[in-house]
Amino acid sequence: MLEILKQSSNPEICRPLAEAVIEIALEFNRKFGRKPAFMEVCGSHTMSLARTGVKQVLKNEVNLISGPGCPVCVTDQRSIDAMIALAEGENRIICTFGDMMRVPGSAKTLLDSKIAGKDIRVLYSPVDAVRVAEENPDKEVIFLGVGFETTIPILTLMIGEAEKRMIGNFSIWMTTKLVEPVLRFLLDAGEVNLDGFLLPGHVSIVLGEESYQYLVDEYQISGVITGFETAELLSGIYKSIELALSGQAAISNNHPAIVSKTGNQVIHQWLDKYLTNCDEAWRGIGVIPNSGLDLKPEYDQFNAKKRFTVDVGEPRKTKCRCGEVIRGLIAPNECPLFGKACHPINPVGPCMVSAEGSCAAYYQYMRESF
Amino acid sequence: MCVGVPAKVILKKEYSAVVDVMGSQTTVGIIFVPEVELGDFVIVHAGQAMSIVDESYARQSVEEWRRLIDARNSEAVK
Ligand code: SF4
Repeated sequence: MLEILKQSSNPEICRPLAEAVIEIALEFNRKFGRKPAFMEVCGSHTMSLARTGVKQVLKNEVNLISGPGCPVCVTDQRSIDAMIALAEGENRIICTFGDMMRVPGSAKTLLDSKIAGKDIRVLYSPVDAVRVAEENPDKEVIFLGVGFETTIPILTLMIGEAEKRMIGNFSIWMTTKLVEPVLRFLLDAGEVNLDGFLLPGHVSIVLGEESYQYLVDEYQISGVITGFETAELLSGIYKSIELALSGQAAISNNHPAIVSKTGNQVIHQWLDKYLTNCDEAWRGIGVIPNSGLDLKPEYDQFNAKKRFTVDVGEPRKTKCRCGEVIRGLIAPNECPLFGKACHPINPVGPCMVSAEGSCAAYYQYMRESF
Repeated sequence: MCVGVPAKVILKKEYSAVVDVMGSQTTVGIIFVPEVELGDFVIVHAGQAMSIVDESYARQSVEEWRRLIDARNSEAVK
């Protein structure tokens, strides 16, 4: 099996596959007089496309546009400020994914607060936050629950664990986002011309292939569920161009080894048990109705937003254009601050600091080639 | 946050498993994949196995890549 899995980065497969993509993209160009354009919905795709060199290799033939799939990047400034303000309270331990530490708030970052002595802990496995709460019964332990459909189930596991162990000093500050509402927003806004979506491999583990049918039925646009390794990315793009050439909209599962038709049903049960839809504010977009998930009222005791109040003022205005980057309207290097006032050591916006941010991906891997 | 490398299950307990990821071993949760078996490869995200890699589909994908390449080569010969 390992040998099969390794093939996805085998140069003997990837190189000719890249040539095949270029060839079919040129065919598209001959037919339509322009490059085919696809949006990679997922922040991990943005990073993988840059890291593997796929984006650079195809830059003259395929327009790959980063979308709204980096959870940190789409979190609006007021939410970020609220999470940083939350950490200022006494007797608290804030647990978070590493990505959040350096995200610029209006006044400071979580890292600044940690350096100033606040107890802020980065966890790889979020469920450990429940153990932290158990070990510190005199402190309030709050997990910053930022994420899309891949991460949200893990938040429910944490609630299940805290419930089972009757831990009263644990809660989650939920700031979750869902893929479907934001794709609908982008399509309804009609700001970007796309020939299809590269759909997120791992979010699709949860959602399943059939969940994207609305793209075809309501918007007549294709989507190809795509993995993250070089051959998976290239074949996903190949299939996307093939579909665009055919003139038929369809959902294609190019990652069937891990994505099923209906998604992971065990996860669906966990989501149904603990969560309900809620409105969420997106950076650069505003509130999209029912675009996130929050804890059901019966779990208020684990809902940090119900247990703690934080005061945040009007967010500081910057020239950061993350909002437009997220919506696919500009490439990161079109932001006047890119690589000048804004770089990974001194990020102005979350897109430059997140491990899945488009600006970070451009800065790390593509400055030379664009 | 989302990219997970396939990890091989080498020890299964009730709600967790020890997995091998490119030579290093770690414990992950398996609540979301209760049907997982020893020797299976799983996709892990934030400490939890989210999906079991289906070997026959993985094999099919590789075959498909080779077909795309071969189709191109044979067209080039024409
Ligand atoms: S380069 Fe920096 S300031 Fe510009 S959009 Fe990206 S993160 Fe924001």
